[in-house]
Amino acid sequence: MATPVLTLTDRGLYCAAGDFFIDPWRPVDRALITHAHADHARPGHRRYLCTDACMPVMRHRLGDITGDTIRYGETRRIGDATVSFHPAGHVPGSAQIRVEVAGEVWVVSGDYKTEPDGLCEPYEPVRCHSFISECTFGLPVFRWQPQTIVAAQINAWWAENAAQGRVSLLAAYSLGKAQRLLHLLDPAIGPILTHAAVENTNAVLRAQGLALPDTIRITPELDRKAHPGALIVAPPAVLGSPWARRFGPLSTGFASGWMQMRGVRRRRAADRGFVISDHADWAGLLEAIKATGAESLYLTHGYTEIFTRHLRESGHDAHVLATEYGGEDGDDGPDTGDAA
Amino acid sequence: MKRFAALFTVIDQTTRTSAKVAALADYFATAPDEDKLWTIAIFSGRRPKRAVTTTRLRDWAAEAAGISLWLFEDAYAVVGDLAETIALVLPPATGSADDSLSFWINHLRDLGDSDDEARKVAVLAAWDRLDTTERLVFNKLLTGGFRMGVSQKLMTRALAQATGQPEAELAHRLMGNWSPDTTSFATLIEADDPAADLSRPYPFCLAHGIDDLDALGPVTDWQAEWKWDGIRAQVIARGGALHVWSRGEELMTDRFPELARLAGDLPGGTVLDGELVAWDGTAPLPFAALQKRITRKTVPKKLLAETPVILLAYDLLEAGGADLRATPLQDRRTAMDRMLASLPPDAPLRPSPLIAATDWDSLRAQRGTARQMKAEGLMIKRLSSPYQVGRKRGDWWKWKLDPLTVDAVMIYAQAGHGRRANLFTDFTFAVWQGNDLVPFTKAYSGLTDAEFGQITRWVRQNTLQRFGPVRQVTPHHVFEIAFEGIQESPRHKSGIALRFPRMLRWRQDKTVDQADTLDHLREMLAQYG
Repeated sequence: MATPVLTLTDRGLYCAAGDFFIDPWRPVDRALITHAHADHARPGHRRYLCTDACMPVMRHRLGDITGDTIRYGETRRIGDATVSFHPAGHVPGSAQIRVEVAGEVWVVSGDYKTEPDGLCEPYEPVRCHSFISECTFGLPVFRWQPQTIVAAQINAWWAENAAQGRVSLLAAYSLGKAQRLLHLLDPAIGPILTHAAVENTNAVLRAQGLALPDTIRITPELDRKAHPGALIVAPPAVLGSPWARRFGPLSTGFASGWMQMRGVRRRRAADRGFVISDHADWAGLLEAIKATGAESLYLTHGYTEIFTRHLRESGHDAHVLATEYGGEDGDDGPDTGDAA
Repeated sequence: MKRFAALFTVIDQTTRTSAKVAALADYFATAPDEDKLWTIAIFSGRRPKRAVTTTRLRDWAAEAAGISLWLFEDAYAVVGDLAETIALVLPPATGSADDSLSFWINHLRDLGDSDDEARKVAVLAAWDRLDTTERLVFNKLLTGGFRMGVSQKLMTRALAQATGQPEAELAHRLMGNWSPDTTSFATLIEADDPAADLSRPYPFCLAHGIDDLDALGPVTDWQAEWKWDGIRAQVIARGGALHVWSRGEELMTDRFPELARLAGDLPGGTVLDGELVAWDGTAPLPFAALQKRITRKTVPKKLLAETPVILLAYDLLEAGGADLRATPLQDRRTAMDRMLASLPPDAPLRPSPLIAATDWDSLRAQRGTARQMKAEGLMIKRLSSPYQVGRKRGDWWKWKLDPLTVDAVMIYAQAGHGRRANLFTDFTFAVWQGNDLVPFTKAYSGLTDAEFGQITRWVRQNTLQRFGPVRQVTPHHVFEIAFEGIQESPRHKSGIALRFPRMLRWRQDKTVDQADTLDHLREMLAQYG
């Protein structure tokens, strides 16, 4: 058998035909990046390639990196490989990467979700021979509700807090989840305040045309009492911090797929947990895998062992791929992955 | 069920006690009496009998979800709660139901009389008519483990708000031998005669821990006793019958047949508070001896002879049928001593001795001898104090000995349940015997959530081997294990068993070779066992 299109090395997924890596975790010469989250887009590579929608945020996070951009669906020849990027529906600019070598097609999913969120480019299934899929939520207990329902829950919570004179603090990862939530909020309820980490990302995304509601950046000068009924969007690290307490009586919410589990919800010490994720749920993963028509499946990032066993039982050629995205173990996540 | 599920949701969504009480009070003000009664029963540990085994529930849930049983079990291991796992894996309901909590409980109880197939049909039909939260509640009722962050005390406070009755009186009404089958909401909560039930105990007065005695004022205002390591109990002699209640409101009369004679020894209308201990004739036996008795509902003669149980009484709550709880402690004690002085010498009851002291320093010195006395420390009680309901700060203090400690190496880890699902919290520890690490105890508590998070990440990266849910890890981390007592135990590989082991500190400053040895534990056994 010929060399596989992609192999796992100690630096990451490697394509020998094109001499490049996909989302490598140690510095390499040429890195193709699925999306700008820290466990996928790491600093220190000599050349980067990502979608044009991904590059501004990546520059914002990694500084002055050298690299090219590519449009969704555009093909590019690298050595003996042909690559193209396809929407993954995870966060704005995120992509699955398709690699074709001598007629053999592999797709690296990066992180993805199948439900369109109205903000980032909707997920597109890509036919392939081998599919390397994440499975962060690869357990049958994860079943997302349509985001309109979650949006209604969040807005109802906000409105109730506003009526009772409490400020709402919604904790969400600053790239992706924060903007998705902003997009779902009903600005008629009250002013929306943002933590600097969120607002800096907002600024980058607005500049590339993303439609977000008006927000007020929280600065040291901001009169914290001047915005009754406000909702604050901030990274999870601020929960329980002095920064948060200065806003007066608060109700806290945490938005993540992990909030599906009551144990995690209670541990998070937020008043409310909203179940909303930028990853596919159990049904979404199975649907996505089916749509690729792939003969071989490689599972990374999540409940890999359990999910792989299930796929094998359903007749798939499935394998665990021990990458360094998140953690290599199946049960890693709820307390380490804020991005989910 | 919708009303109860909504209550569950509100309580589950807040960490604020005041919000929980408000939601409960609102529920008590609006729900039908029968539902209120069941709600009180559930929150005071009186659950409906389990009608279906959890094994069957797992089978049915996996089948209904269209997944293999192993996948269901793996999901359960991650979620850490069976009722919740079932609620989550099931496909969305196709119908809905507007029936009351009592309806569902009665429905569940009817299942107990039907055959397995009929139970399955009924449970699947129920699941298909309930939303995720209702299913969770329903499954909790089915499996019998209902814990949702509401203590009996909190529930009683809410009930007091809703009914306008004093909390202490309600607490008393809710004690003892009732179930929704034997009473009604009106009888239990609103009827005139709360003491109608001859077996009904009083709410226990509980103590807070204390370290610093200087704030307590003159020692002459206080009474000191040994703090025994037994089972807190009320012994009730009324109407010629005897009842023994544990602090967990379990009726234990039948487990201690040697106490039955007290029905005749004690005057009618007597309630004593004290500690049940296994007794060797002069001093308490180790708790392990008593443990053998607790687990038996009927007691073999041999065991009864080897480990006879007595009550070390320290308070008199009722005499001649009169409630003495408002009387000052010193008067209650005097009355108790007078009553017990007239008991036959072989009665399984004696007063817990008072410890005389002229100053705090002499008490401090006496506390140091607690282990020799087979006690855990001292109880300090205000002489003028009434017998309070529950844990009130100010009058009763427990002044425990510092725990014994040993530095041990973590060798196995297992994930917890409920709030600790998905987090490695249950560890097995070892000490050195030559070049080998010998496991000697497990411990589950003592670390912060952040520390558990940190150790969880470490366990995942340092697993050597898996035995089902248990992971053997690289011997690397040293923990200071605290415990209250140490005993010989032929059942354990190390030959010792600890009482109340927990993690006192994560000794990141120590390496494994600095952990203690089994010989060191044996020396402790010789000294304190």
